[in-house]
Amino acid sequence: MKAKTLFDKVWDAHVVEHVEGGPNILYIDKHLIHEVTSPQAFSGLNARGLNVFRPERTIATPDHNVPTVNQHLPIVDMESRSQVETLKANCEKNGIEMYGLNHPNNGIVHVVGPELGHTQPGMTLVCGDSHTSTHGAFGAVAFGIGTSEVEMVFATQCIMQSKPKKMRITVDGELAKGVSAKDLTLYVIAQLGTGGATGYFVEYAGSAVRSLSMEGRMTVCNMSIEMGARGGMIAPDETTFEYIKGRAYAPKGDEWDEKLTYWKTLKSDEGAEFDMEYTYRAEDIEPMITYGTNPGMGMGITACVPAQADIQASELPSFKKSLAYMEYEFGRKILGKKVDYVFVGSCTNGRIEDLRAFASLVAGHKKADSITAWIVPGSKKVEKQAMEEGLVEILEEAGFELRQPGCSACLAMNEDKVPAGKYCVSTSNRNFEGRQGPGARTLLASPLTAAAAAITGVITDPREFL
Amino acid sequence: MSVDKFTYLESSCVPLPNENVDTDQIIPARFLKATSREGFGENLFRDWRFSSSGEPIKDFVLNQSEYSGQILLAGKNFGSGSSREHAAWAIADYGFKVVISSFFADIFRNNALNNGVLPIQVSAEFLRKLFKAIEKDHSQKVGVDLEKQELRYNDEAFQFEINPYKKDCLLNGFDDIDYLIDKKAKIQDFEG
Repeated sequence: MKAKTLFDKVWDAHVVEHVEGGPNILYIDKHLIHEVTSPQAFSGLNARGLNVFRPERTIATPDHNVPTVNQHLPIVDMESRSQVETLKANCEKNGIEMYGLNHPNNGIVHVVGPELGHTQPGMTLVCGDSHTSTHGAFGAVAFGIGTSEVEMVFATQCIMQSKPKKMRITVDGELAKGVSAKDLTLYVIAQLGTGGATGYFVEYAGSAVRSLSMEGRMTVCNMSIEMGARGGMIAPDETTFEYIKGRAYAPKGDEWDEKLTYWKTLKSDEGAEFDMEYTYRAEDIEPMITYGTNPGMGMGITACVPAQADIQASELPSFKKSLAYMEYEFGRKILGKKVDYVFVGSCTNGRIEDLRAFASLVAGHKKADSITAWIVPGSKKVEKQAMEEGLVEILEEAGFELRQPGCSACLAMNEDKVPAGKYCVSTSNRNFEGRQGPGARTLLASPLTAAAAAITGVITDPREFL
Repeated sequence: MSVDKFTYLESSCVPLPNENVDTDQIIPARFLKATSREGFGENLFRDWRFSSSGEPIKDFVLNQSEYSGQILLAGKNFGSGSSREHAAWAIADYGFKVVISSFFADIFRNNALNNGVLPIQVSAEFLRKLFKAIEKDHSQKVGVDLEKQELRYNDEAFQFEINPYKKDCLLNGFDDIDYLIDKKAKIQDFEG
């Protein structure tokens, strides 16, 4: 039998039919929905006179729009409130399980799925959100879809998809102290660029990847989309199984044993072919930071912004526009430059491990007076855990407060907006123009780097504190 | 949503040579709060098109009367970032039927096709020539023949690729859901 990649194994097992000269009909095991990309899909379904075909395979949670304070009160923004209420009404009507605001399972959809055990190896999983790639950390084929496709999944539990090409990214070696999964992923994206993996599904391999926790793996897979990949995945192993075991929706008893036997087969066969391969060394990775307006514009925190001469002529206009927006200069360091805001949270770095990392660095220090900091847990469970572990006290002593869960300042659909012209070191996933509010300037970095900036008020190498 | 049939289009182009145009620029997140599909064209490229006080920004191509048409000509890696289909809705609602670029982000390409907007990928060289031609003559017409998968202007032509299934959908104005619903028995068999 032909050697198969991990991706082939999962994808091929879900093909209902191959359309001649076209895409596959792909069966979806788990559909995650939220309030922003689902309402038009529900109304489309309604207009066709159809019901949700497999409501038990769908879970819902409002996250993009929700405020991060006073969640017990009605949402003030009328449009946000309307979207959240529309989600609730649609879920009730269609028999879909929803974790509404204040529900103990509420949170960012990509944080909630894994922590409840909904996300499992070998699954196909989609959501109307590009960071669905997060769930690939479990050895699932998980990717973001548009609203028309959300409607397709509602109607038939399937979507029409052409099979992407396969890429393997291997990172061998050991990450240095102060260098985290976020730095690893920003490093890879800086190498490949924002379109470098377009058309591909990526498998991450190598000892540096294997040594990551599940939280770290989710961070890496989460950002696969930022280099254009359809999704990223990591073969499940003991770390994966250990994480899933005992979670609310994880298989139990005999079913667990049966699933485990299957999950252990989920890895790329010896000799399986990839359409593209890249290999990097963990030792080459420093704490990373972005200086521009796409996630590919990243560098080691002590490095210089590229010189004008190093930019290809065709890319120069976009590059110049980007630096003008950031008010940074060619060929200069940004270390020591002023920071106004710090955001820790999002589906990239709003997990308990991220809050622990942030707290570990700020412990015994004080927040810089000039900094506004938003520390936003990814879910109610993360919030609860942060309280139980005493992280909240550490944060408060250092001058920070923990807010309530949601996507928050990652895309600023709620009130948490960075004002025009201000600089924000953000643990989120996108530094696009206006992403954190019109005119906001975002620098992507790890929770440790965010912590160092929160204490000093300037861009700081977190290794100085370790 | 069923889409309009697409067979042949001849139109002038709106040139936007920026590379890596992400969907946050096409439609910023704060405009995603609607629960219907209508009206997104008003906010297409909102922050490039209007100042914070709502005044049109003269430099931006959508505000320049010498450029118009149903074809958006875009730089490399168009539509990267968020999966929001609102970006495709905004482009369609504004009146574009075709987006030409040398490279598209995957999800955007799917979203566009699902909304009757044809994303056409051309070579970097052809794109450069097209930008030049439009710079020289703002009213330069480009013909898009979906049946022949051909893009034409003056004496230049480019054969573009499109998935045969998607081509069929566009030519006939039917969509994936109609197709999938016909396959329901097969889907149930698959579920076992």
